[in-house]
Amino acid sequence: MLNKSMFIKPRNALEGEGGQKAQPSIPDALCRACPACRATAFSKDLEENGLVCPHCGHHLRMDVQSRLRLLVDEGSFTELFADLETKNPIQFPEYEKKLAAARKATGRADGVVCGIGRIGGFETAIFVMDPQFMMGSMGTVVGEKITRTFETAAARSLPVVGVTVSGGARIQEGIFSLMQMAKTSGAVLRHSQAGNLYIALLTDPTTGGVTASFAMEADVILAEPGALIGFAGPRVIEQTIRAKLPEGFQRAEFLLEKGFVDRIVPRSEQKKTISALLGLHERRSMA
Amino acid sequence: MTAYERLCAARAKGRPTARSFIDNLFEGFMELHGDRLFGDDRAIVGGVARLEGRPVTVIGIEKGQDTSEKIARNFGSPNPEGYRKALRLMEQAEKFNRPVVCFVDTAGAYCGLGAEERGQGSAIATNLVRMMGLRTPVLSVLIGEGGSGGALALAVADEVWMLENAVYSVISPEGAASIIYKDASQVERAAESLHITAQELAGFGVVERVIPEAEGFEAVYRDLKGALGTALDRLKQMDAQALTDARYLRFRKFGGLLE
Repeated sequence: MLNKSMFIKPRNALEGEGGQKAQPSIPDALCRACPACRATAFSKDLEENGLVCPHCGHHLRMDVQSRLRLLVDEGSFTELFADLETKNPIQFPEYEKKLAAARKATGRADGVVCGIGRIGGFETAIFVMDPQFMMGSMGTVVGEKITRTFETAAARSLPVVGVTVSGGARIQEGIFSLMQMAKTSGAVLRHSQAGNLYIALLTDPTTGGVTASFAMEADVILAEPGALIGFAGPRVIEQTIRAKLPEGFQRAEFLLEKGFVDRIVPRSEQKKTISALLGLHERRSMA
Repeated sequence: MTAYERLCAARAKGRPTARSFIDNLFEGFMELHGDRLFGDDRAIVGGVARLEGRPVTVIGIEKGQDTSEKIARNFGSPNPEGYRKALRLMEQAEKFNRPVVCFVDTAGAYCGLGAEERGQGSAIATNLVRMMGLRTPVLSVLIGEGGSGGALALAVADEVWMLENAVYSVISPEGAASIIYKDASQVERAAESLHITAQELAGFGVVERVIPEAEGFEAVYRDLKGALGTALDRLKQMDAQALTDARYLRFRKFGGLLE
């Protein structure tokens, strides 16, 4: 059914409680408004179009299942480490409640899905962050699962394809969230030192501790059109410099111009592009 | 002392900054400038010196002492070129088999237009990866504020030490108060909830050593000097593979989980 929240345009991509309220994914809703151009489209058409607005080409935020369907060969994905749960390491007040709500909303224990699957026939370790789980924030579980994904891939000489979307480190796990930045970076390094390929696909928004760690550490960094990518969030920068940010600041196109992403790839091209890159780096053919 | 009182002590006017530690602990510090790519970030001071005769590379985030110096040093909030300079000096240290000592004191990496344009996230990420693989000992000392990724970018080390009144946090208590409690005045509560003090972090295994401050900074320098010499001699005996393996495992262990 239609409801009011579907038509509220977030002031910026990081706005809103965990993102879910600002940009809900309601598969059974009849139609949705594009957050960029505000034109409405039938949900069914949007989904068939890879959640890309048929009017303006805006890439709507994508849930994990749709992302896996878009990228991974049908029936080839085996999820790993799905049951890992946080121990709430600093016993942050009210965190259990927030977690319970996120788990209920997503049906997942935490904010990333990892596993092994095929992309264009190439066996690949895959992680996809979940924008609906506390805005893809990285705590101990997200850090541990991504670390294990790189370790598993290194042990099996597989490439890693990672889709990032994150508000950054998860405040409620305090210093342990910060430590995940170093931990995942170590795993990326060891995977890389063994000669394996890592492709990152940065989606809206990728910020904070995720940008400042594994999102920016890939061999090839791809980004979705229009994605907000940065270290500091736009509001923090505006508060720091006491001025409005220019149009397009921290968008994927801006990062491409400044030299921090390799390519901007629309959803319709993502599987093809990633498959081609995997093919170019296939280890058996190089041996 | 409460977490908030320690936070205030860590930020207190007149608290010794990185340069004081460098001058009091090392002999013949020679500053080396620039990232070879863009410029020289004065928020980060780095160079070569001796610790009781041993050649070392020393890097510190410097907040500055008086107002004009604070401005020149951007209040100790580095830009990407600062992190890139630090990495350049660390890789130079690796080449010449010198251990690296870092002094961390920052509210955080700078959140400005230019910082984003020049890839603040990428600069920090690159430091995390390269430091994890650095084939020479690295020891980081948090002397004041340890502000999130901007602090971690100089603290992927074999050991991390903290002064008694230093703090280390994923986000400033002010930031956490406004995001979690929607109320910037809840700083004291946020500081408590985040567990940012040296004592708590030592309990978590995030820091190996807490340096007492009760007897004043002359005593701090004396303690640090002795402890650094011993630690660096011990770390120098490890071969590079064992050293980097241990460094990875040091960080790998954070986040015991329910399965």
